[in-house]
Amino acid sequence: MVSRLFTNYYETVSIIIFGIGFVTLLLNRNIIKKIIGFNFMDTAIYLFLASKGYITGRIAPILLEKLGDTNLAGYQAGTAVPNVQNYINPVPSGLVLTGIVVSVSFTAFFLALAVRLYREYKTLDMHEIISIMNREENKE
Amino acid sequence: MNKIFKSLNDFVNGVQDEKENVHLKHKNKKHHEKVLTERIEDIVESGENKGFNKFYNVIAILLACVIIACMIYTVSFLPSFGDPTNPANNEVVQAYIENGIRDTGAVNFVAGMILNYRAFDTLGESTVLFIAATTVIILLFKHKTKEEEKAEQLEEAKYEDKHDLILRHGALIVVPATLVFGVYVLFNGHLSPGGGFSGGTIMGAALILYNSAFGDNSTKTFFNYGIHKVIKISALSFYALSQLYSFITGANLIESIIPNGIAGNLISSGLILPLNICVGFEVACTMFGFYSLFDREEI
Repeated sequence: MVSRLFTNYYETVSIIIFGIGFVTLLLNRNIIKKIIGFNFMDTAIYLFLASKGYITGRIAPILLEKLGDTNLAGYQAGTAVPNVQNYINPVPSGLVLTGIVVSVSFTAFFLALAVRLYREYKTLDMHEIISIMNREENKE
Repeated sequence: MNKIFKSLNDFVNGVQDEKENVHLKHKNKKHHEKVLTERIEDIVESGENKGFNKFYNVIAILLACVIIACMIYTVSFLPSFGDPTNPANNEVVQAYIENGIRDTGAVNFVAGMILNYRAFDTLGESTVLFIAATTVIILLFKHKTKEEEKAEQLEEAKYEDKHDLILRHGALIVVPATLVFGVYVLFNGHLSPGGGFSGGTIMGAALILYNSAFGDNSTKTFFNYGIHKVIKISALSFYALSQLYSFITGANLIESIIPNGIAGNLISSGLILPLNICVGFEVACTMFGFYSLFDREEI
């Protein structure tokens, strides 16, 4: 089992990073640190996806032939096909792109919420915010 | 002196009594009458606080360890890294690479995939970005009165001359180069690595650098809230409309009038280039919008 982990070392490292992010998310009381933990988890997932798409000795999925190559017209006309053996898997690349965009969006959203919380309660500590909220509720 | 102490004592006692009353009232509620936040407060405010925290930490670490152990155990059964016979490298990949150029005209297979085969997904991504930018505007945008704006401009003018000289001269060199590079990445999305998202981010970074070097007032001469709104909404609606066109033609098996061009040329591959430009402008506006909203609550 351990030797398999060393063969799949990218995946192993990505799981460890995911764990670091998860523990950060659970143990820190500071909201900003929770958001950082969330981003760690995202990054781990990108690493995992990118490593799943990689094939040893092959290049990124962009056509090798340059403009003016005689093969290019054939590829476009459908008379010839590019060699699949030259390129890595393009599907995970597209998936990682989606993930990055979503992660940027929700990070901005979380941070905006954190700014509003700080303005309201003058603290970023979750427990303090909850106790202040309760005190205010009890006053009413 | 004693009197003062006595009155102070009474006062403190009174306050304490009041607190206790509130606390008693609070305590006398039956368990099921309390809402969740009250129960949490009970735990937080009582002496069990520390004990609970320790308990929580131990449970959290244990949970995390169990999850990570499960996942690492799963990783040990995954197919080998970099093996061409992995089940992930199946006929889908073959189809994307072999038919990509014929169908989309894009030399970059990933661009052909995300902006032609799965362009609907990318429309969703742009919408997610748009919605995120909108919610950040809702949460942080401050509608300022004219007097406040004037006061702020005066304040800004005070510091304008004192902006870092090195930053300004550096920005004069770096900003145009970054913008040009961003446009290059944006326009070559179907030919080389890059495309709308990365090019837009580079352009947004250039805008942010310009803003931090030269201040608000000079940025507002060419980029303000109105322009931001117009660019974002028109880019997203152009994207949606062009996708609508390709859906209608595709569903009815009508030949699209947009030619694919010669693969490898700058102007080729049908709708991919305009869509890349739309996404790029959308992303650049969103990035700059995030920066300026977090910085000074306006665009």
